[in-house]
Amino acid sequence: MLTKNTAGVAVVKKIALTVNGKAYAIEIDIRESLLDVLRDRLQFTGVKQGCSVGECGACTVLIDGTPVNSCIYLASWADGKTITTIEGLAKDGQLTPVQEAFVEEGAIQCGFCTPGVVLSTTAMVQSGRSFTHAEVRRELSGHLCRCTGYQKIVDAAERALREAEAK
Amino acid sequence: MFDICELHEPATLEEAKRILGEAPDLKVIAGGTDVLIRMQHGSLQGAGLLSLRSVPGLDEIRLLGDGTISVGAMAPFTRIFQNDLVREQVPILAEAAVSMGGPQVRNMATIGGNICNGAVSADSASTLFALDALLKLETSTDERIIPMGDFYAGPGKVNLRPGELLTAILIPREGYEGMGGHYIKYAMRKAMDIATLGVAAMAKVRENRFADLRIGLGVAAPVPIRCFEAEAFAKGREVTLECIQEIAALAVKPSRARTSWRASKDYREHLIEVLAQRAVAEAVKRGGGCCAD
Repeated sequence: MLTKNTAGVAVVKKIALTVNGKAYAIEIDIRESLLDVLRDRLQFTGVKQGCSVGECGACTVLIDGTPVNSCIYLASWADGKTITTIEGLAKDGQLTPVQEAFVEEGAIQCGFCTPGVVLSTTAMVQSGRSFTHAEVRRELSGHLCRCTGYQKIVDAAERALREAEAK
Repeated sequence: MFDICELHEPATLEEAKRILGEAPDLKVIAGGTDVLIRMQHGSLQGAGLLSLRSVPGLDEIRLLGDGTISVGAMAPFTRIFQNDLVREQVPILAEAAVSMGGPQVRNMATIGGNICNGAVSADSASTLFALDALLKLETSTDERIIPMGDFYAGPGKVNLRPGELLTAILIPREGYEGMGGHYIKYAMRKAMDIATLGVAAMAKVRENRFADLRIGLGVAAPVPIRCFEAEAFAKGREVTLECIQEIAALAVKPSRARTSWRASKDYREHLIEVLAQRAVAEAVKRGGGCCAD
């Protein structure tokens, strides 16, 4: 890895971040996106690379609980942040209620958009707020799914929210 | 990887202003939802970046002593949409904020970045025009406050002087008090789309007459514009459907709509008239509670 650019300016930086509950202290290249670091450096390949310009939502991760497109987020900005990827949800083979809801509703086909949609739904559930049907659709509007037509995804999100509220 | 040659991440506003003063060619990056996309597309290459993300306090939204609402340039759209002060005092701004991009984009994209890009389609711009907003611009040695209308210089061009940073958007009390407002974004999709046209209206109604009216348009000319002739026409007139129709017809006059792949000039002009009518009617309705004064 280059440590300086052609002008002699340092392009590496040490950052400390927590991913899925585990602390990492790594050296990143300032030109890297968070997506690059999560996939290529830390092997969290559940973070999908789709459009690379923040349109499709496949690369969505939670940063301090907030859904963000990791493809247009500088790795350098992740210093000190807590990140959740799809790998951080299930514990000991036990799916989270949000993941269960997606299975129950058959809200998955090819699965490429699924990590992102599940994380956005997880953020909704964790917010503790209630959402109208229109608000659920709005909160998921930053994800493109080319298989399902969205109905089952929205059904799954509403099921997850309903079940969380009933608890 | 992004084509970045250097990255500055100052921890204070003073440091940010100093760095930019010494190297005014640095590209300021706020939420990154435009700058990083331009890098990905290759239209911005080899840039040195000045990131404002680690500068504390630039994202605050607060009410100043004189009734001015100050929105920090680094306030992300989600925060603006969810902010109690905005929702109570300038709900039209919340409406515009939530119409922009999708949730993940709104969580990052900032109102200051949206304005400094100079995009004519910026959802916040036409609304801030209608709110008569002012911009606070700072350098390491200077500070000036200018009206929104003086900031836009052309498509994608804004009047930022070398070394200058936008730090806050100021909405004066007269911009919103006792008024009703409505923003209509017209786009092909309900989410993740760029406006084909944006219309923002702020109306003050007293004894069923227009005491004040301001209309801001986006994508109707090379820069966001106000409809001064329509506004002047409205003042003092009785609020009737005919009057609102005449206002809407006048709102088309200052426009310089063009044909793009999103819509033709004729279609955009049609949209201005129809949507201005709807926006003004709704603004009147929302401001109607104040008629008794």
